Amino acid sequence: MTPLISSTEDRRQMDGVRKQALETGRNRLLVAGVVITLAFVAIASRLVDLTVLNGGSEPRTATNEPASDNVIGRGDITDRNGLLMATSLPTASLYADPKRIQDPQEAALRISRVMPELDPVELTRKMQMKGRFVWLARNLTPQQHFQINRLGLPGIAFQEGERRVYPHGQMAAHVLGLTNVDGLGVAGIEKQFDQQLRLGSGAIELSLDLRIQAILQEELKNTISEFTAIGGAGIVMDVTTGEVIAMASLPDFDPNSPNNIVGDTAFNRAAKGVYEMGSTFKLFTAAMALDSGTVSMTSSYDARNPIRIARFQISDYHAENRWLSVPEIILHSSNIGAAKMAVDVGTKGQQDYLRGFGLLDAPDIELPEIARPLLPSPWRPINTMTIAYGHGIAVSPVQLASGISALVNGGLYRPATIIKAAGGTVVERRVISAETSLQMRRLMRLVVTAGTGRKAEIPGYLIGGKTGTADKLQGRGYANSSRIASFAGAFPMNNPRYSVLVVIDEPHGTKKTFNYATGGWVAAPAVGRIVSRMGPLVGIAPDLQVVFETPVIGKPKAKVREAKAIKKPDPFFKAASWRKPAPANDPDDEFTRQMRTALGRDLAPQ
Amino acid sequence: MVTLARTDNSLVGHWWWTVDRWNLGAFVVLALLGALLTLAASPAVAERIGLDTFYFARRQAIYLVLGLSAMVAISFLSIRGVRRFSVFLLVASVILMILTLIFGDETKGATRWLNVGGLSIQASEFVKPAFAVLAAWMFSASRLDDRVPGYSIAVGLYVFVVGLLLLQPDVGMSIVVSAIWGIQIFVAGLPLIIVIGVALFFLGGSVGAYFMFDHVRGRVDRFLDPEVAEGFQVARALEAFRNGGWAGRGPGEGRVKEVLPDAHADFILAVAGEEFGLIVCIIIVSLFAFVVLRGFARIFKDDDFFVLLAVTGLLVQFAIQAIINMASTLNLMPPKGMTLPFISYGGSSTLALGLGMGMVLALTKIRPSTGATR
Repeated sequence: MTPLISSTEDRRQMDGVRKQALETGRNRLLVAGVVITLAFVAIASRLVDLTVLNGGSEPRTATNEPASDNVIGRGDITDRNGLLMATSLPTASLYADPKRIQDPQEAALRISRVMPELDPVELTRKMQMKGRFVWLARNLTPQQHFQINRLGLPGIAFQEGERRVYPHGQMAAHVLGLTNVDGLGVAGIEKQFDQQLRLGSGAIELSLDLRIQAILQEELKNTISEFTAIGGAGIVMDVTTGEVIAMASLPDFDPNSPNNIVGDTAFNRAAKGVYEMGSTFKLFTAAMALDSGTVSMTSSYDARNPIRIARFQISDYHAENRWLSVPEIILHSSNIGAAKMAVDVGTKGQQDYLRGFGLLDAPDIELPEIARPLLPSPWRPINTMTIAYGHGIAVSPVQLASGISALVNGGLYRPATIIKAAGGTVVERRVISAETSLQMRRLMRLVVTAGTGRKAEIPGYLIGGKTGTADKLQGRGYANSSRIASFAGAFPMNNPRYSVLVVIDEPHGTKKTFNYATGGWVAAPAVGRIVSRMGPLVGIAPDLQVVFETPVIGKPKAKVREAKAIKKPDPFFKAASWRKPAPANDPDDEFTRQMRTALGRDLAPQ
Repeated sequence: MVTLARTDNSLVGHWWWTVDRWNLGAFVVLALLGALLTLAASPAVAERIGLDTFYFARRQAIYLVLGLSAMVAISFLSIRGVRRFSVFLLVASVILMILTLIFGDETKGATRWLNVGGLSIQASEFVKPAFAVLAAWMFSASRLDDRVPGYSIAVGLYVFVVGLLLLQPDVGMSIVVSAIWGIQIFVAGLPLIIVIGVALFFLGGSVGAYFMFDHVRGRVDRFLDPEVAEGFQVARALEAFRNGGWAGRGPGEGRVKEVLPDAHADFILAVAGEEFGLIVCIIIVSLFAFVVLRGFARIFKDDDFFVLLAVTGLLVQFAIQAIINMASTLNLMPPKGMTLPFISYGGSSTLALGLGMGMVLALTKIRPSTGATR
């Protein structure tokens, strides 16, 4: 008892207080006891859960790796027919725990005997490092794994992992992209759908068709080597859905060996590169003029004299020096005619139509590597005129392919997609009327039957299109002999199914082409070959009976030359025969030069 | 075992018939399990850090013998003896703690160990039972006689002890001391408003610890973030339980002890789970629960308010250490280093628990004054 209690009075009082305190204390002790019991019950339940119920169905052999290494079963990527384009295989990577290595030199020697590509000196250095972990080699083959394991070296161990494999090598490498050593997507589809792929929930089905991809890549490659070009891009697109059936960019790379990627081989020219497309743009100019009713197929323009505006001058490459009908403007690729048509449509109208064709905004395609077009700012009347024939504006091949698809498919723009359409509704917007679309198909067909695109003709496939040749900018000025040659086409013109675009970067003429390296000589034949090879694959048989009317070439006022213009050999061939052999800088008159110089900084193609 | 007759009035005979033999037995069983598990877990750890294979096992056996002996010795004390002893223990451990702060070896950012003649002493282990008894003394004195400034002394004692602990810093021990103190306030019958106030204060303190100590924040963040996997040790521990299943992989078949640096200490339950399975783990949990509930039941009938509070404090310390240790290992809470009483390796811990549980046994002995209820 405490000495503080001195009297009986106190003691009695104390007794009461004590009883009360004990009463409260016991009640509350009960509460504390219950809480502690609950805690023990929770622990026991958790023990049962973990040991017997396996902790909520987690695997018994769950490993705890750094999150980045813990990519289990990255999803596959397939083409539209389910063919495997990218998959993951389990592999083992070799690492060492330097602390447990007994004799680094001996160990290094024995390992390098199994894997001769590893330098024993480097291995020794790694195994002598401080720390408890160092990578020695990534992604061993099963045989290497087995053999090194059999060496029985202490301190040498394997990290199970997985390796990304692209069974088709360079096929559509730019679309597929890459993963890094930790299995994270760093480019292309691998990057765009990284989350989804990492979850491993089913394959991603691309819109690509591997067979057509192979054709496109092969033809591009052949064309590039034939004309000693520095690169090229190609796109095949389903005009009814906007699905990209094939997309190629050369030079390319093998995603299986990302360490060998040099220079700009990983650059996707088809989506990330923007180019002044030149004459192919005249199709859009004609379409907007026809659709807005400022011209009809029988209208004509005076193309006798170059246009002089301010300090500039617009003239024609294949100058006819006479009045030209609308079909003739396309046929002869008249800059003057196109510029005049655009002026009639007006700057605002031109912008609206071009935006409708998807040429003024970055495309929506599901790739991380997308370029936005380079546009003049401000958009002066002079820009309206040059853009009419594809200069002073730079767009990516995928944009151009989408625009061409909208031209021919009845006038509906559908955003380009690299993912297989699931059916159902397609996002689309009307750009031109079905009637205008038909007129455009007739014009495009005319270019192939009687114009600069004759080399693209494949009997029975009713190919239509437009050639383009544009000088490349170099620095602030630009080059005489480095150009972009292209052909933008579609087939069959009576009921278009696919658009095909080939863009060749800096082709050089050959003897066979009389030193010409224009779109008609370089890109058009490639498109023809692609169509002839892919046609049977997509179930389009050549139809030699079908009749598809091409427009009647009008009768403009300049009577003298008119008849000749129709009957004489196509100016395209004429040019080949009597013009000066190297087409050097013909289209680069004073105006174009100055204008491009002025726009140069904004337009430098990537 | 020497049989003792009920009528034996010798010191030992009297002790035997008045002491809580069930809890005494439970402590001995726990100690035996501890020795067994240390034997299972520690050789791998000892070999890994280059010590003699049975270094830890041998030492723990000695600690357990010392701890149990101390427990039995202390259990002979009277209530007054317990108070006196705890005053001595508190003064001694506080002095050691201050010395630790000055001369201690800093490891992993904390100064918790004092090296005395080749022995590492963790003084803070000893302060806990002493604190529990002294705080109980102050609370009961104050409750029974308001002339005694017991509450003020209890508050001062608490602030002083926790202050010393946070200087090390040792958040885990601070939590244990706070839990003892908090439950004693509750059981001491203070108005609920004060109890709630104290609870809020502890909540604030936890939040404060979260912001003040980087390692605390790191652990809590990792625990709360479902994206981040558990820490290495916890992940291995969980894996061990899964591998163990019902009956375990068998003695010596465990693998977790080969990778966990704390397999013989904080994570010994994982070794038990892997090698001996669910059944042994449940036995361990049940033993802890039994000791606590048995002790509570015993004091529930006791007439001495001081005994009620002191034993509550001591058993809460015992329970909270077991709960925090097991919950950490099982990933039920953010990992917090805490020894599993009598099972984990550790000299100071084992000895201090022996003293604490000795006091529990001493206080729960049947006394004439416990009177009619018995």
